[in-house]
Amino acid sequence: MPAEQFHEWLRREGRIVVVGASLAGLRAAETLRAEGFRGSLTMIGDEPYQPYDRPPLSKAVLLGKAAPDRTDLPRRRDIDAVWRLGTAATGLDLAAQRVRLADGDEVPYDRLLIATGVRARPWPKEEEAQLDGVFVLRTRDDAVRLHRRLKAGPRRVFVIGAGFTGSEIASACRDQDIPVTVAERADAPLVGALGGVVGAVAAELHHDHGVDLRTGVMVTGLEGSPVGRVRAAHLSDGSVVETDLVVVCLGATRNTEWLTGSGLGAGPRGIACDAGCRAFDFRGIVTDDVYVAGDVARSPHPLFSYQFLSLEHWGNAVAQAEVAAHNMISASSDRIPHMWVPAFWSSQFGVNIKSVGVPSMGEQIMITQGSLTERRFVGVYGYQGRVIAAVSFDNTRWLEFYERQIETGAPFPVEYPTMDRRPEGRKAMPADFPDPSLPTHGPTVTLSGYSPADRRLVFTPSRH
Amino acid sequence: MTQPSLLRRITDYSSRADPYPLYAELRRTPVLHEEEGGPYVVSSYYDILGLLHDPRISSDAGNLTAPGADELSEPEATGLPPSFIRLDPPEHDRLRRIANSSFGPPHRPHRIDDMREELGRIVAELLDELGDEREIDLVDQFAYPFPVTVICRLLGVPREDEPRFRAWVDPIVTGLDPDSRNDPGAPVQRAAQEARVQLGMYLAGLAEQRAKEPRDDMLSDLMSGHGPDGAMSTMEVLSTAVLLLIAGHETTVNLITNGMLTLLRYPEHLRRLREDPGLSAAIVEELLRYEPPVQLVPSRTCITDIELRGVTIPKGSRIWLVLGAGNRDPERFTDPDRFDPDRGDIQHLGFGSGVHVCFGAPLARLETQIALTALARRLDNPRLVEDPPPYRQNAVLRGPRHLNIAIDGVLP
Ligand SMILES: Cc1cc2nc3c(=O)[nH]c(=O)nc-3n(C[C@H](O)[C@H](O)[C@H](O)COP(=O)(O)OP(=O)(O)OC[C@H]3O[C@@H](n4cnc5c(N)ncnc54)[C@H](O)[C@@H]3O)c2cc1C
Repeated sequence: MPAEQFHEWLRREGRIVVVGASLAGLRAAETLRAEGFRGSLTMIGDEPYQPYDRPPLSKAVLLGKAAPDRTDLPRRRDIDAVWRLGTAATGLDLAAQRVRLADGDEVPYDRLLIATGVRARPWPKEEEAQLDGVFVLRTRDDAVRLHRRLKAGPRRVFVIGAGFTGSEIASACRDQDIPVTVAERADAPLVGALGGVVGAVAAELHHDHGVDLRTGVMVTGLEGSPVGRVRAAHLSDGSVVETDLVVVCLGATRNTEWLTGSGLGAGPRGIACDAGCRAFDFRGIVTDDVYVAGDVARSPHPLFSYQFLSLEHWGNAVAQAEVAAHNMISASSDRIPHMWVPAFWSSQFGVNIKSVGVPSMGEQIMITQGSLTERRFVGVYGYQGRVIAAVSFDNTRWLEFYERQIETGAPFPVEYPTMDRRPEGRKAMPADFPDPSLPTHGPTVTLSGYSPADRRLVFTPSRH
Repeated sequence: MTQPSLLRRITDYSSRADPYPLYAELRRTPVLHEEEGGPYVVSSYYDILGLLHDPRISSDAGNLTAPGADELSEPEATGLPPSFIRLDPPEHDRLRRIANSSFGPPHRPHRIDDMREELGRIVAELLDELGDEREIDLVDQFAYPFPVTVICRLLGVPREDEPRFRAWVDPIVTGLDPDSRNDPGAPVQRAAQEARVQLGMYLAGLAEQRAKEPRDDMLSDLMSGHGPDGAMSTMEVLSTAVLLLIAGHETTVNLITNGMLTLLRYPEHLRRLREDPGLSAAIVEELLRYEPPVQLVPSRTCITDIELRGVTIPKGSRIWLVLGAGNRDPERFTDPDRFDPDRGDIQHLGFGSGVHVCFGAPLARLETQIALTALARRLDNPRLVEDPPPYRQNAVLRGPRHLNIAIDGVLP
């Protein structure tokens, strides 16, 4: 069938299967229908729930402001899909174009979208991880359980890892007057994602809100009671913290195991794909019928020297899903690249934190607006003479400007005056990221790829 | 004879009814600078959006080195300090945060939504009062009294004072018209000045009272200063109150009036709204794109030379952001001159953007949704008496002065 006819046929009566029925999966499905796909659509998800939203799980839900089972994602349109919920995909036959399911079924496809995301990395010592009172937070079920325990009034919560999720949980505890200890291997919270300069501000936030913050330490073990309930955490500095509730926030693991042996370029760092979201096979050859989107994807970005980026960002999942869906049913000449500028937000201790670009690539930082001491500022990250990222604390509305600075490869240090610029903002200082070879809780952006020779480039995103 | 400059043609009253063809002409020169000392006029969507988020662009008149009319600000003669609309961060942020802590999230997330019922009641009363008239002036009889009543309630102006209050607001608003401001000795200006002083004194008295005996209104909140940012000074409270009062209701009058005018021009949407009040949100968003009550922001200036589209705008220059033109930029919106509430992607500039994004937006949205829904449902067979209607002088806060509508009656 000639290509054009094929795509017409595909749109009319093709079979599209989406594995991973969460944010990226749902948005892709909606986009497919919005763009006129009339064939059959199957949504496969291992969780028993309709797609729901995760960011509230560590924020509003833990604060008791939203019920954990009430964070369903809003629907933009009817997607008329066959739902296979509560059923994991267990394998993929690339040649036969079939997805194998845990219940033994096989689902054939003409186009496949993989959006299986990531899962929380559990506490590595299995026996200790099994103790009653030890939690992770990724799913609605996790949130229901954690929420219930928090409501019961624990004596002390112990959080392992001061990344975004760990910090948000600590913040939610303090908001409800629950004593909380946070242990972090790095020297400050959020350093993996935002570096030491901003990390120091985050540390003050913890202190000011009465968090018992322990940095530069590792948790060496969790101790259980005779009946198997957690009762203490042991730290590398020899200290012991008594606790009855532990939340493990050590970053995430990509859900790619089910693809082992399929021949797809999938591994612990995610599934590699091209800028059009087409998955690579293990030989680095791009497929034409398998697409990836969301947290599980790893894709090259022209703004960041074509490094492969793995992003655990809500906005990325949405944007990538839309691009993947469009490309799946379009002829090659109509396909569009996924060139979203990474952006992430968090809210903790009453502060709105937002970043654009890839802070962890930054060598230096300048505070261009506001001030670190007031904890209301914009910081700009520089990499090899250009602006590579920006972060704001309670200053979100300026970020659009900095996003453009990133897109256009604007020079760093920032020379021009800005409103609300204080003396401390006139000089660039080391951004102070920890040695990337040392593990922390993990940033939410990971550079995971080959980097061609560095060059200055002007990036002009297409606007629709 | 030379053609008058494009800017002059836009501000000229004769183009008030339909400035959009001129805006299209304007967009052909993305950064227009027609005369020495004149403003740099920016009219395309992405440029405006960019400048609204640009930390090198100031709202503080103190940074201006070029003269020019300044329609949105309050004249200085009142002795009040500038309100946050005319300040930059960090002062702007502080005042706005304090004001917001009694108006919206996170401290008062439900304040506006809790007014829903009351708004409905006010609208119903106004419509009931129309009785069995066969021709109404929507502006005088509805679109104007409605938001004034609402802002009085919100601020905490006692019901019995509303008539006095309205009598001051009227001349002040008339005085905002750029044409009348050219002549400070004109009766209009004197009246406005007089009213402003009276309003200031009245508000000061009220504020003092609320400081002693707080109630559940914004004046009390502003005077109490319980928020994390501390308190405003009394003078700051007064200038904030005047800002909320003027900026708040002045724009809503136009939004409601423009809304009804547009719906009468696109009767299929009026019919749909009558049948499905759920459409009102989309209709109001599209209105804010299609006929924004604030057509342009004339009060920005840059604190350093900035380059835009190959033009260097020198430090201290006046910059006009023509929101009404950006909203109809074909680079951003397909078929921009069509009123289409179903377009889905309506990221308009009607409320501006960035740190100065319209403070009262949630209230204006709700008021207009409720007003248009009620008008659609209760006006029996409404017809425009004249099209276009007579407009007000103002090119910045643009809207009809009167909107005469023939009706067969008011439905219960
Ligand atoms: C607590 C929390 C707070 C967050 N806060 C923020 C925030 O503030 N800002 C922000 O930008 N981002 C935040 N995020 C990240 C954001 O939620 C993710 O980026 C987003 O959910 C990614 O969507 P996704 O669809 O790619 O993956 P996921 O949402 O992880 O969905 C993947 C789905 O696939 C399912 N699945 C996995 N394997 C299989 C299989 N073999 N078969 C079938 N189904 C499978 C999974 O169970 C899951 O339901 C937060 C995440 C969490 C957990």
